[in-house]
Amino acid sequence: MKNKTALWFLILGLIALLLGMLFGILSGMQYLLPDFLKALLPFNQMRPLHVTSVLSWIILAAVGGTYFYLSEFEKASLSKRLTSFHFVVYLLTGLAIYGCYFTGHFGGKEYLEFPPVLILPILLGWMLLGSQYFRLMIGKCKTWPVYYWMWATGIVFMVYHLCESYLWLLPSFREHFIKSIEVQWKSGGSYVGSWNMLVYGTAIFLMAKIKADDSIGRSRQAFFFYFLGLTNLMFGWAHHIYIVPTAAWVRYLSYGISMTEWVILLQMIYTWRKSLPTTIVSGHPLALKFLAATDVWIFLNLLLAIVFSIPAINFFTHGTHITVAHSMGSTIGINTTILMASVVFVVSRIDPDFDEKKPRFLLGFRIFNGSLLIFWLSLLAAGIQKSHWMYFTKGTAFSSMQDSLHWCYCIFLIAGIGIFIGLYLVTIPLLKILLKACGA
Amino acid sequence: MKQIAKWKRSAAIMAMLVAVFSVYNYRIYSEMVAADTTLCPEAIHGQELWQQYNCNSCHQLYGLGGYLGPDLTNIYSDPNKGPECIKAMFNAGSRSMPVFHFSETEKKALLAYLNAVDQTGYYPDYKAKIETNGWVNISSK
Repeated sequence: MKNKTALWFLILGLIALLLGMLFGILSGMQYLLPDFLKALLPFNQMRPLHVTSVLSWIILAAVGGTYFYLSEFEKASLSKRLTSFHFVVYLLTGLAIYGCYFTGHFGGKEYLEFPPVLILPILLGWMLLGSQYFRLMIGKCKTWPVYYWMWATGIVFMVYHLCESYLWLLPSFREHFIKSIEVQWKSGGSYVGSWNMLVYGTAIFLMAKIKADDSIGRSRQAFFFYFLGLTNLMFGWAHHIYIVPTAAWVRYLSYGISMTEWVILLQMIYTWRKSLPTTIVSGHPLALKFLAATDVWIFLNLLLAIVFSIPAINFFTHGTHITVAHSMGSTIGINTTILMASVVFVVSRIDPDFDEKKPRFLLGFRIFNGSLLIFWLSLLAAGIQKSHWMYFTKGTAFSSMQDSLHWCYCIFLIAGIGIFIGLYLVTIPLLKILLKACGA
Repeated sequence: MKQIAKWKRSAAIMAMLVAVFSVYNYRIYSEMVAADTTLCPEAIHGQELWQQYNCNSCHQLYGLGGYLGPDLTNIYSDPNKGPECIKAMFNAGSRSMPVFHFSETEKKALLAYLNAVDQTGYYPDYKAKIETNGWVNISSK
Protein backbone atom coordinates (compact mmCIF):
# COMPACT_ATOMS: atom_id res chain seq x y z
CA MET A 1 0.00 0.00 0.00
CA LYS A 2 1.61 3.23 -1.18
CA ASN A 3 -0.65 5.73 0.50
CA LYS A 4 -0.47 5.06 4.25
CA THR A 5 -2.67 8.00 5.30
CA ALA A 6 -5.75 5.78 5.64
CA LEU A 7 -3.85 3.79 8.27
CA TRP A 8 -2.90 7.00 10.09
CA PHE A 9 -6.61 7.88 10.32
CA LEU A 10 -7.21 4.50 11.97
CA ILE A 11 -4.25 4.97 14.34
CA LEU A 12 -5.52 8.38 15.38
CA GLY A 13 -9.03 6.94 15.73
CA LEU A 14 -7.85 4.16 18.06
CA ILE A 15 -5.87 6.67 20.17
CA ALA A 16 -9.02 8.87 20.37
CA LEU A 17 -11.00 5.82 21.49
CA LEU A 18 -8.54 5.06 24.30
CA LEU A 19 -8.49 8.71 25.40
CA GLY A 20 -12.28 8.93 25.16
CA MET A 21 -12.69 5.94 27.46
CA LEU A 22 -10.13 7.38 29.88
CA PHE A 23 -12.00 10.71 30.05
CA GLY A 24 -15.23 8.74 30.41
CA ILE A 25 -13.87 6.91 33.46
CA LEU A 26 -12.67 10.19 35.00
CA SER A 27 -16.12 11.75 34.35
CA GLY A 28 -17.72 8.75 36.03
CA MET A 29 -15.44 9.26 39.05
CA GLN A 30 -16.74 12.84 39.32
CA TYR A 31 -20.28 11.51 39.70
CA LEU A 32 -19.14 9.50 42.71
CA LEU A 33 -16.53 11.88 44.13
CA PRO A 34 -17.62 15.45 43.28
CA ASP A 35 -14.27 16.93 44.36
CA PHE A 36 -12.24 14.55 42.19
CA LEU A 37 -10.11 16.69 39.80
CA LYS A 38 -12.69 19.48 40.25
CA ALA A 39 -10.04 22.19 40.48
CA LEU A 40 -8.04 20.85 37.52
CA LEU A 41 -10.68 19.52 35.13
CA PRO A 42 -14.25 20.11 36.31
CA PHE A 43 -17.10 18.16 34.75
CA ASN A 44 -17.94 20.94 32.27
CA GLN A 45 -14.48 20.36 30.74
CA MET A 46 -14.27 16.60 31.28
CA ARG A 47 -17.57 15.77 29.56
CA PRO A 48 -16.77 17.46 26.22
CA LEU A 49 -13.29 15.87 26.31
CA HIS A 50 -14.94 12.47 26.65
CA VAL A 51 -17.67 13.04 24.05
CA THR A 52 -15.39 14.68 21.46
CA SER A 53 -12.78 11.92 21.78
CA VAL A 54 -15.32 9.15 21.32
CA LEU A 55 -17.02 10.90 18.40
CA SER A 56 -13.57 11.46 16.87
CA TRP A 57 -12.97 7.71 17.06
CA ILE A 58 -16.16 7.05 15.09
CA ILE A 59 -15.42 9.70 12.46
CA LEU A 60 -11.71 8.90 12.06
CA ALA A 61 -12.26 5.14 11.88
CA ALA A 62 -15.09 5.56 9.36
CA VAL A 63 -13.11 8.01 7.20
CA GLY A 64 -9.90 5.94 7.43
CA GLY A 65 -11.84 2.82 6.46
CA THR A 66 -13.42 4.60 3.48
CA TYR A 67 -10.03 5.77 2.19
CA PHE A 68 -8.52 2.30 2.70
CA TYR A 69 -11.34 0.43 0.97
CA LEU A 70 -11.39 2.84 -1.96
CA SER A 71 -7.70 2.38 -2.62
CA GLU A 72 -7.59 -1.36 -1.91
CA PHE A 73 -10.80 -2.61 -3.48
CA GLU A 74 -11.64 -0.01 -6.11
CA LYS A 75 -7.94 0.51 -6.95
CA ALA A 76 -8.78 4.20 -6.87
CA SER A 77 -5.76 6.46 -7.09
CA LEU A 78 -6.34 8.72 -4.10
CA SER A 79 -4.37 11.93 -4.11
CA LYS A 80 -1.63 11.43 -1.53
CA ARG A 81 -1.35 15.19 -1.06
CA LEU A 82 -5.08 15.74 -0.42
CA THR A 83 -5.45 12.72 1.86
CA SER A 84 -2.41 13.76 3.90
CA PHE A 85 -3.70 17.34 4.03
CA HIS A 86 -7.04 16.01 5.32
CA PHE A 87 -5.25 14.03 8.02
CA VAL A 88 -3.11 16.99 9.11
CA VAL A 89 -6.18 19.28 9.20
CA TYR A 90 -8.02 16.83 11.48
CA LEU A 91 -4.97 16.23 13.67
CA LEU A 92 -4.39 19.96 14.22
CA THR A 93 -8.12 20.65 14.71
CA GLY A 94 -8.30 17.86 17.26
CA LEU A 95 -5.34 19.30 19.16
CA ALA A 96 -6.89 22.79 19.01
CA ILE A 97 -10.19 21.44 20.40
CA TYR A 98 -8.38 19.61 23.22
CA GLY A 99 -6.48 22.84 23.96
CA CYS A 100 -9.75 24.80 24.17
CA TYR A 101 -11.37 22.24 26.47
CA PHE A 102 -8.34 21.96 28.75
CA THR A 103 -8.24 25.74 29.14
CA GLY A 104 -12.04 26.12 29.49
CA HIS A 105 -12.67 27.89 26.17
CA PHE A 106 -16.08 26.99 24.84
CA GLY A 107 -18.72 28.83 22.84
CA GLY A 108 -20.57 26.15 20.88
CA LYS A 109 -23.66 24.10 21.61
CA GLU A 110 -23.89 20.61 23.10
CA TYR A 111 -21.57 18.03 21.44
CA LEU A 112 -19.87 20.81 19.43
CA GLU A 113 -18.84 22.90 22.44
CA PHE A 114 -15.59 24.21 20.93
CA PRO A 115 -15.37 27.82 19.67
CA PRO A 116 -17.49 27.97 16.48
CA VAL A 117 -14.58 28.90 14.20
CA LEU A 118 -13.20 25.35 14.60
CA ILE A 119 -16.08 23.91 12.63
CA LEU A 120 -14.47 25.35 9.48
CA PRO A 121 -11.49 22.93 9.32
CA ILE A 122 -13.86 20.08 10.22
CA LEU A 123 -16.05 21.00 7.26
CA LEU A 124 -12.97 21.36 5.07
CA GLY A 125 -12.00 17.79 5.96
CA TRP A 126 -15.41 16.46 4.92
CA MET A 127 -15.19 18.37 1.67
CA LEU A 128 -11.73 16.94 0.99
CA LEU A 129 -13.09 13.44 1.51
CA GLY A 130 -16.13 14.28 -0.64
CA SER A 131 -14.05 15.75 -3.45
CA GLN A 132 -11.90 12.63 -3.67
CA TYR A 133 -14.83 10.25 -3.30
CA PHE A 134 -16.93 11.82 -6.02
CA ARG A 135 -13.97 12.45 -8.34
CA LEU A 136 -13.02 8.78 -8.22
CA MET A 137 -16.43 7.15 -7.92
CA ILE A 138 -19.01 9.27 -9.72
CA GLY A 139 -18.17 7.72 -13.09
CA LYS A 140 -19.26 4.33 -11.76
CA CYS A 141 -22.36 5.55 -9.94
CA LYS A 142 -24.76 3.70 -12.25
CA THR A 143 -23.42 0.42 -10.90
CA TRP A 144 -22.91 1.43 -7.28
CA PRO A 145 -23.82 -1.15 -4.65
CA VAL A 146 -25.77 0.21 -1.71
CA TYR A 147 -22.71 0.86 0.49
CA TYR A 148 -21.28 3.34 -2.02
CA TRP A 149 -24.62 5.16 -2.00
CA MET A 150 -24.47 5.16 1.79
CA TRP A 151 -20.96 6.59 1.90
CA ALA A 152 -21.88 9.27 -0.65
CA THR A 153 -25.02 10.16 1.30
CA GLY A 154 -23.12 10.20 4.60
CA ILE A 155 -20.53 12.64 3.27
CA VAL A 156 -23.02 15.04 1.63
CA PHE A 157 -25.45 15.07 4.55
CA MET A 158 -22.65 15.43 7.08
CA VAL A 159 -21.58 18.67 5.39
CA TYR A 160 -25.17 19.92 5.21
CA HIS A 161 -26.10 19.12 8.81
CA LEU A 162 -22.85 20.40 10.28
CA CYS A 163 -23.56 23.71 8.53
CA GLU A 164 -27.15 23.57 9.79
CA SER A 165 -25.95 23.07 13.36
CA TYR A 166 -24.40 26.54 13.19
CA LEU A 167 -27.53 28.36 12.04
CA TRP A 168 -27.77 29.61 15.62
CA LEU A 169 -25.04 32.09 14.68
CA LEU A 170 -27.68 33.93 12.61
CA PRO A 171 -29.77 36.43 14.61
CA SER A 172 -33.09 35.03 13.34
CA PHE A 173 -32.27 31.71 15.04
CA ARG A 174 -30.23 32.94 18.01
CA GLU A 175 -32.95 35.35 19.12
CA HIS A 176 -35.60 32.60 19.34
CA PHE A 177 -34.93 29.96 21.95
CA ILE A 178 -37.42 27.34 20.75
CA LYS A 179 -36.43 27.63 17.09
CA SER A 180 -32.77 27.52 18.04
CA ILE A 181 -33.12 24.38 20.19
CA GLU A 182 -35.31 22.76 17.51
CA VAL A 183 -32.73 23.30 14.77
CA GLN A 184 -29.91 22.28 17.14
CA TRP A 185 -31.53 18.88 17.74
CA LYS A 186 -32.65 18.52 14.15
CA SER A 187 -29.08 18.94 12.94
CA GLY A 188 -27.66 16.86 15.81
CA GLY A 189 -30.01 13.95 15.14
CA SER A 190 -29.26 14.12 11.44
CA TYR A 191 -25.48 14.35 11.59
CA VAL A 192 -25.56 11.25 13.78
CA GLY A 193 -27.67 9.71 11.01
CA SER A 194 -25.05 10.85 8.49
CA TRP A 195 -22.12 9.17 10.24
CA ASN A 196 -24.36 6.11 10.68
CA MET A 197 -24.64 6.03 6.87
CA LEU A 198 -20.84 5.78 6.72
CA VAL A 199 -20.62 3.22 9.54
CA TYR A 200 -23.52 1.02 8.36
CA GLY A 201 -22.18 1.28 4.83
CA THR A 202 -18.90 -0.06 6.20
CA ALA A 203 -20.77 -2.95 7.87
CA ILE A 204 -22.45 -3.94 4.61
CA PHE A 205 -19.16 -3.54 2.73
CA LEU A 206 -17.46 -5.88 5.22
CA MET A 207 -20.24 -8.43 4.92
CA ALA A 208 -19.96 -8.39 1.16
CA LYS A 209 -16.17 -8.77 1.23
CA ILE A 210 -16.00 -11.44 3.94
CA LYS A 211 -18.69 -13.42 2.20
CA ALA A 212 -17.07 -12.64 -1.18
CA ASP A 213 -20.53 -11.95 -2.55
CA ASP A 214 -21.35 -8.43 -3.67
CA SER A 215 -25.03 -9.23 -4.23
CA ILE A 216 -25.71 -8.40 -0.58
CA GLY A 217 -25.19 -4.74 -1.43
CA ARG A 218 -27.13 -4.87 -4.67
CA SER A 219 -30.43 -6.47 -3.68
CA ARG A 220 -33.75 -4.67 -3.94
CA GLN A 221 -34.15 -5.17 -0.20
CA ALA A 222 -30.81 -3.43 0.51
CA PHE A 223 -31.89 -0.36 -1.47
CA PHE A 224 -35.34 -0.35 0.14
CA PHE A 225 -33.74 -0.23 3.59
CA TYR A 226 -31.24 2.38 2.46
CA PHE A 227 -34.00 4.75 1.39
CA LEU A 228 -35.93 4.04 4.56
CA GLY A 229 -32.80 4.94 6.53
CA LEU A 230 -32.37 8.11 4.54
CA THR A 231 -35.99 9.08 5.25
CA ASN A 232 -35.26 8.57 8.94
CA LEU A 233 -32.15 10.70 8.70
CA MET A 234 -34.17 13.53 7.14
CA PHE A 235 -37.41 13.45 9.11
CA GLY A 236 -37.02 11.13 12.11
CA TRP A 237 -35.08 13.27 14.56
CA ALA A 238 -37.84 14.96 16.57
CA HIS A 239 -38.15 12.26 19.25
CA HIS A 240 -35.31 14.21 20.92
CA ILE A 241 -37.66 17.14 21.46
CA TYR A 242 -41.18 15.68 21.84
CA ILE A 243 -41.44 17.64 25.07
CA VAL A 244 -40.30 20.99 23.64
CA PRO A 245 -43.19 23.21 22.42
CA THR A 246 -42.23 23.12 18.73
CA ALA A 247 -44.78 22.81 15.90
CA ALA A 248 -46.88 19.68 16.50
CA TRP A 249 -46.69 18.54 12.83
CA VAL A 250 -42.90 18.13 13.11
CA ARG A 251 -43.30 15.84 16.09
CA TYR A 252 -46.24 13.93 14.54
CA LEU A 253 -44.21 13.26 11.41
CA SER A 254 -41.25 12.08 13.41
CA TYR A 255 -43.43 9.84 15.58
CA GLY A 256 -44.58 8.08 12.42
CA ILE A 257 -41.20 7.24 10.99
CA SER A 258 -38.62 7.45 13.78
CA MET A 259 -36.28 4.70 14.77
CA THR A 260 -36.98 2.23 12.00
CA GLU A 261 -33.30 2.77 11.16
CA TRP A 262 -32.30 0.02 13.55
CA VAL A 263 -34.58 -2.49 11.85
CA ILE A 264 -32.73 -1.89 8.64
CA LEU A 265 -29.34 -3.15 9.69
CA LEU A 266 -30.70 -5.92 11.89
CA GLN A 267 -32.56 -7.36 8.93
CA MET A 268 -29.51 -7.13 6.67
CA ILE A 269 -27.05 -8.64 9.12
CA TYR A 270 -29.53 -11.36 10.07
CA THR A 271 -30.03 -12.33 6.45
CA TRP A 272 -26.29 -12.27 5.85
CA ARG A 273 -25.35 -14.41 8.83
CA LYS A 274 -27.97 -17.02 8.06
CA SER A 275 -26.46 -17.62 4.66
CA LEU A 276 -22.78 -17.36 5.61
CA PRO A 277 -20.83 -20.55 4.79
CA THR A 278 -18.68 -21.69 7.71
CA THR A 279 -15.52 -21.99 5.62
CA ILE A 280 -15.62 -18.30 4.85
CA VAL A 281 -16.56 -17.36 8.42
CA SER A 282 -13.38 -18.98 9.73
CA GLY A 283 -11.37 -16.53 7.62
CA HIS A 284 -12.14 -13.52 9.83
CA PRO A 285 -13.20 -14.85 13.23
CA LEU A 286 -12.57 -11.66 15.22
CA ALA A 287 -14.17 -9.31 12.68
CA LEU A 288 -17.11 -11.69 12.57
CA LYS A 289 -17.38 -11.76 16.36
CA PHE A 290 -17.64 -7.98 16.45
CA LEU A 291 -20.27 -7.99 13.69
CA ALA A 292 -22.20 -10.68 15.55
CA ALA A 293 -22.05 -8.50 18.69
CA THR A 294 -23.48 -5.67 16.57
CA ASP A 295 -26.53 -7.90 16.01
CA VAL A 296 -27.15 -8.22 19.73
CA TRP A 297 -26.63 -4.51 20.42
CA ILE A 298 -28.91 -3.51 17.57
CA PHE A 299 -31.58 -5.78 18.98
CA LEU A 300 -31.30 -4.31 22.50
CA ASN A 301 -31.17 -0.70 21.31
CA LEU A 302 -33.94 -1.34 18.81
CA LEU A 303 -36.18 -2.48 21.62
CA LEU A 304 -35.30 0.58 23.67
CA ALA A 305 -35.72 2.93 20.70
CA ILE A 306 -39.13 1.55 19.75
CA VAL A 307 -40.32 1.87 23.32
CA PHE A 308 -39.27 5.48 23.78
CA SER A 309 -40.22 6.64 20.33
CA ILE A 310 -43.80 6.43 21.61
CA PRO A 311 -44.45 9.94 22.97
CA ALA A 312 -46.38 8.64 26.01
CA ILE A 313 -43.33 6.65 27.08
CA ASN A 314 -40.82 9.23 25.90
CA PHE A 315 -42.60 11.65 28.24
CA PHE A 316 -41.25 9.65 31.20
CA THR A 317 -37.87 8.61 29.79
CA HIS A 318 -36.83 11.98 28.34
CA GLY A 319 -34.24 13.79 30.44
CA THR A 320 -33.23 10.60 32.23
CA HIS A 321 -30.33 8.18 31.94
CA ILE A 322 -32.48 5.97 29.70
CA THR A 323 -31.66 8.39 26.87
CA VAL A 324 -27.97 8.01 27.75
CA ALA A 325 -28.33 4.21 27.73
CA HIS A 326 -29.64 4.49 24.18
CA SER A 327 -26.98 6.90 22.95
CA MET A 328 -24.08 5.09 24.62
CA GLY A 329 -25.53 1.67 23.78
CA SER A 330 -25.63 2.76 20.14
CA THR A 331 -22.25 4.48 19.89
CA ILE A 332 -20.41 1.78 21.83
CA GLY A 333 -22.49 -1.30 21.07
CA ILE A 334 -23.23 -0.63 17.42
CA ASN A 335 -20.81 1.93 15.98
CA THR A 336 -17.77 0.70 17.88
CA THR A 337 -18.34 -2.99 17.17
CA ILE A 338 -18.75 -2.30 13.43
CA LEU A 339 -15.68 -0.05 13.33
CA MET A 340 -13.62 -2.53 15.37
CA ALA A 341 -14.57 -5.22 12.83
CA SER A 342 -13.45 -2.80 10.12
CA VAL A 343 -10.07 -2.11 11.77
CA VAL A 344 -9.52 -5.85 12.34
CA PHE A 345 -10.34 -6.47 8.67
CA VAL A 346 -7.89 -3.76 7.55
CA VAL A 347 -5.16 -5.11 9.84
CA SER A 348 -5.67 -8.64 8.50
CA ARG A 349 -5.21 -7.24 4.96
CA ILE A 350 -1.95 -5.46 5.71
CA ASP A 351 -0.46 -8.18 7.91
CA PRO A 352 -0.99 -11.71 6.55
CA ASP A 353 0.43 -13.17 9.80
CA PHE A 354 -2.14 -11.41 11.96
CA ASP A 355 -3.78 -14.00 14.19
CA GLU A 356 -7.40 -13.11 14.97
CA LYS A 357 -7.72 -16.18 17.20
CA LYS A 358 -5.32 -15.00 19.91
CA PRO A 359 -6.76 -15.69 23.41
CA ARG A 360 -6.12 -12.04 24.29
CA PHE A 361 -8.69 -10.95 21.67
CA LEU A 362 -11.33 -13.39 22.87
CA LEU A 363 -10.78 -12.28 26.48
CA GLY A 364 -10.99 -8.60 25.51
CA PHE A 365 -14.09 -9.20 23.42
CA ARG A 366 -15.85 -10.99 26.27
CA ILE A 367 -14.90 -8.41 28.91
CA PHE A 368 -16.03 -5.62 26.56
CA ASN A 369 -19.46 -7.08 25.85
CA GLY A 370 -20.14 -8.27 29.40
CA SER A 371 -19.15 -4.87 30.83
CA LEU A 372 -21.20 -3.01 28.23
CA LEU A 373 -24.29 -5.02 29.17
CA ILE A 374 -23.86 -4.14 32.87
CA PHE A 375 -23.09 -0.51 31.94
CA TRP A 376 -26.26 -0.31 29.83
CA LEU A 377 -28.45 -1.92 32.50
CA SER A 378 -27.10 0.38 35.23
CA LEU A 379 -28.05 3.39 33.10
CA LEU A 380 -31.55 1.99 32.58
CA ALA A 381 -31.91 1.47 36.33
CA ALA A 382 -30.68 5.02 37.03
CA GLY A 383 -33.10 6.37 34.41
CA ILE A 384 -36.08 4.56 35.91
CA GLN A 385 -35.19 5.90 39.35
CA LYS A 386 -34.76 9.45 38.06
CA SER A 387 -38.07 9.31 36.18
CA HIS A 388 -39.78 8.12 39.35
CA TRP A 389 -38.24 11.07 41.21
CA MET A 390 -39.39 13.52 38.53
CA TYR A 391 -43.01 12.40 38.24
CA PHE A 392 -43.96 10.41 41.33
CA THR A 393 -42.25 12.10 44.27
CA LYS A 394 -42.71 15.61 45.45
CA GLY A 395 -40.40 17.78 47.48
CA THR A 396 -37.34 15.50 47.28
CA ALA A 397 -34.28 17.60 46.50
CA PHE A 398 -32.22 16.94 43.36
CA SER A 399 -29.13 16.21 45.50
CA SER A 400 -31.06 13.54 47.46
CA MET A 401 -32.11 11.91 44.21
CA GLN A 402 -28.47 11.94 43.02
CA ASP A 403 -27.37 10.41 46.34
CA SER A 404 -29.94 7.65 45.94
CA LEU A 405 -28.36 6.81 42.57
CA HIS A 406 -24.94 6.29 44.16
CA TRP A 407 -25.07 2.50 43.76
CA CYS A 408 -26.03 2.85 40.07
CA TYR A 409 -23.08 5.17 39.48
CA CYS A 410 -20.73 2.70 41.24
CA ILE A 411 -21.81 -0.14 38.95
CA PHE A 412 -21.71 2.23 35.95
CA LEU A 413 -18.12 3.22 36.75
CA ILE A 414 -16.89 -0.35 37.33
CA ALA A 415 -18.53 -1.46 34.08
CA GLY A 416 -16.97 1.54 32.30
CA ILE A 417 -13.54 0.41 33.51
CA GLY A 418 -14.42 -3.08 32.21
CA ILE A 419 -15.22 -1.64 28.75
CA PHE A 420 -11.87 0.14 28.80
CA ILE A 421 -9.96 -3.03 29.75
CA GLY A 422 -11.80 -5.11 27.13
CA LEU A 423 -11.17 -2.66 24.30
CA TYR A 424 -7.60 -2.01 25.49
CA LEU A 425 -6.81 -5.72 25.10
CA VAL A 426 -8.05 -5.66 21.51
CA THR A 427 -6.84 -2.20 20.53
CA ILE A 428 -3.17 -2.27 21.55
CA PRO A 429 -2.08 -5.14 19.24
CA LEU A 430 -4.00 -3.54 16.37
CA LEU A 431 -2.32 -0.21 17.05
CA LYS A 432 1.13 -1.86 17.07
CA ILE A 433 0.55 -3.50 13.69
CA LEU A 434 -0.81 -0.29 12.16
CA LEU A 435 2.13 1.73 13.49
CA LYS A 436 4.58 -0.86 12.16
CA ALA A 437 2.90 -0.77 8.76
CA CYS A 438 3.31 3.00 8.73
CA GLY A 439 6.98 2.65 9.64
CA ALA A 440 6.53 4.40 12.97
CA MET B 1 -29.62 -2.70 -18.81
CA LYS B 2 -31.21 -3.91 -15.58
CA GLN B 3 -28.64 -1.98 -13.56
CA ILE B 4 -29.31 1.24 -15.48
CA ALA B 5 -33.04 0.90 -14.79
CA LYS B 6 -32.26 0.33 -11.12
CA TRP B 7 -30.02 3.38 -11.07
CA LYS B 8 -32.73 5.53 -12.70
CA ARG B 9 -35.24 4.39 -10.10
CA SER B 10 -32.82 5.14 -7.26
CA ALA B 11 -32.00 8.56 -8.69
CA ALA B 12 -35.72 9.37 -9.02
CA ILE B 13 -36.42 8.36 -5.40
CA MET B 14 -33.43 10.39 -4.25
CA ALA B 15 -34.61 13.45 -6.21
CA MET B 16 -38.08 13.14 -4.71
CA LEU B 17 -36.74 12.79 -1.16
CA VAL B 18 -34.42 15.78 -1.56
CA ALA B 19 -37.30 17.89 -2.95
CA VAL B 20 -39.57 17.04 0.00
CA PHE B 21 -36.66 17.59 2.39
CA SER B 22 -36.05 21.08 0.96
CA VAL B 23 -39.67 22.13 1.53
CA TYR B 24 -39.60 20.57 5.00
CA ASN B 25 -36.42 22.45 5.95
CA TYR B 26 -37.77 25.73 4.58
CA ARG B 27 -40.88 25.38 6.76
CA ILE B 28 -38.88 24.57 9.88
CA TYR B 29 -36.43 27.42 9.35
CA SER B 30 -39.12 30.00 8.64
CA GLU B 31 -41.94 28.89 10.95
CA MET B 32 -42.48 30.61 14.31
CA VAL B 33 -44.32 28.74 17.05
CA ALA B 34 -46.59 30.46 19.53
CA ALA B 35 -44.49 29.46 22.53
CA ASP B 36 -41.35 31.12 21.17
CA THR B 37 -40.36 34.52 22.43
CA THR B 38 -37.80 36.94 21.07
CA LEU B 39 -34.81 37.11 23.40
CA CYS B 40 -33.86 40.62 24.51
CA PRO B 41 -30.17 41.68 24.07
CA GLU B 42 -29.48 40.95 27.75
CA ALA B 43 -30.92 37.43 27.42
CA ILE B 44 -28.86 36.87 24.26
CA HIS B 45 -25.77 37.84 26.25
CA GLY B 46 -26.88 35.34 28.91
CA GLN B 47 -27.23 32.69 26.22
CA GLU B 48 -23.67 33.41 25.07
CA LEU B 49 -22.40 33.04 28.65
CA TRP B 50 -24.37 29.78 28.98
CA GLN B 51 -22.43 28.45 25.99
CA GLN B 52 -19.07 30.01 26.91
CA TYR B 53 -19.10 28.32 30.32
CA ASN B 54 -20.62 25.14 28.91
CA CYS B 55 -23.38 25.11 31.53
CA ASN B 56 -25.19 22.54 29.38
CA SER B 57 -22.63 19.86 30.25
CA CYS B 58 -24.13 19.60 33.75
CA HIS B 59 -27.54 21.28 33.47
CA GLN B 60 -30.50 20.63 31.24
CA LEU B 61 -33.06 22.84 29.52
CA TYR B 62 -36.18 20.88 28.55
CA GLY B 63 -34.37 17.75 29.71
CA LEU B 64 -31.58 18.27 27.16
CA GLY B 65 -28.02 18.43 28.47
CA GLY B 66 -25.89 16.74 31.13
CA TYR B 67 -27.29 15.04 34.22
CA LEU B 68 -24.84 16.04 36.92
CA GLY B 69 -26.89 19.12 37.87
CA PRO B 70 -30.63 19.84 37.90
CA ASP B 71 -32.81 20.90 34.97
CA LEU B 72 -33.14 24.69 34.89
CA THR B 73 -36.07 25.18 32.46
CA ASN B 74 -38.42 26.57 35.13
CA ILE B 75 -35.98 27.43 37.90
CA TYR B 76 -36.69 31.15 37.46
CA SER B 77 -40.37 30.78 38.40
CA ASP B 78 -39.80 28.01 40.97
CA PRO B 79 -41.27 29.32 44.25
CA ASN B 80 -38.51 27.56 46.20
CA LYS B 81 -35.66 28.90 44.04
CA GLY B 82 -36.26 32.03 41.96
CA PRO B 83 -33.89 34.78 40.79
CA GLU B 84 -32.23 35.57 44.13
CA CYS B 85 -31.40 31.96 44.88
CA ILE B 86 -30.04 31.42 41.35
CA LYS B 87 -27.94 34.56 41.61
CA ALA B 88 -26.44 33.37 44.87
CA MET B 89 -25.56 30.00 43.31
CA PHE B 90 -23.64 31.46 40.36
CA ASN B 91 -20.49 32.38 42.26
CA ALA B 92 -20.89 30.17 45.32
CA GLY B 93 -20.66 26.82 43.53
CA SER B 94 -21.80 23.60 45.15
CA ARG B 95 -20.59 20.07 45.76
CA SER B 96 -20.13 19.43 42.04
CA MET B 97 -20.47 22.92 40.57
CA PRO B 98 -17.24 24.88 40.17
CA VAL B 99 -17.01 28.38 41.65
CA PHE B 100 -17.48 30.92 38.86
CA HIS B 101 -16.58 34.59 39.04
CA PHE B 102 -19.42 36.26 37.17
CA SER B 103 -19.74 40.04 37.31
CA GLU B 104 -23.08 41.63 38.25
CA THR B 105 -23.77 42.34 34.57
CA GLU B 106 -23.11 38.71 33.67
CA LYS B 107 -25.31 37.44 36.49
CA LYS B 108 -28.15 39.66 35.27
CA ALA B 109 -27.65 38.44 31.72
CA LEU B 110 -27.79 34.78 32.78
CA LEU B 111 -30.91 35.48 34.82
CA ALA B 112 -32.54 37.23 31.83
CA TYR B 113 -31.78 34.14 29.71
CA LEU B 114 -33.22 31.72 32.27
CA ASN B 115 -36.27 33.96 32.60
CA ALA B 116 -36.79 33.92 28.83
CA VAL B 117 -36.45 30.12 28.71
CA ASP B 118 -38.90 29.78 31.60
CA GLN B 119 -41.54 31.71 29.65
CA THR B 120 -41.52 29.29 26.71
CA GLY B 121 -43.10 26.30 28.51
CA TYR B 122 -42.86 23.65 31.21
CA TYR B 123 -40.39 20.91 32.00
CA PRO B 124 -41.26 18.54 33.55
CA ASP B 125 -44.73 19.19 32.17
CA TYR B 126 -47.10 17.98 34.88
CA LYS B 127 -50.12 19.37 33.02
CA ALA B 128 -49.43 17.46 29.81
CA LYS B 129 -52.22 15.17 28.65
CA ILE B 130 -51.40 11.64 27.51
CA GLU B 131 -53.81 10.34 24.88
CA THR B 132 -54.84 6.75 24.25
CA ASN B 133 -53.02 6.68 20.87
CA GLY B 134 -49.70 7.30 22.63
CA TRP B 135 -49.56 11.00 21.76
CA VAL B 136 -48.82 13.61 24.41
CA ASN B 137 -50.39 17.06 24.31
CA ILE B 138 -47.91 19.34 26.00
CA SER B 139 -49.27 22.36 27.84
CA SER B 140 -48.40 25.92 26.98
CA LYS B 141 -47.80 28.96 29.16
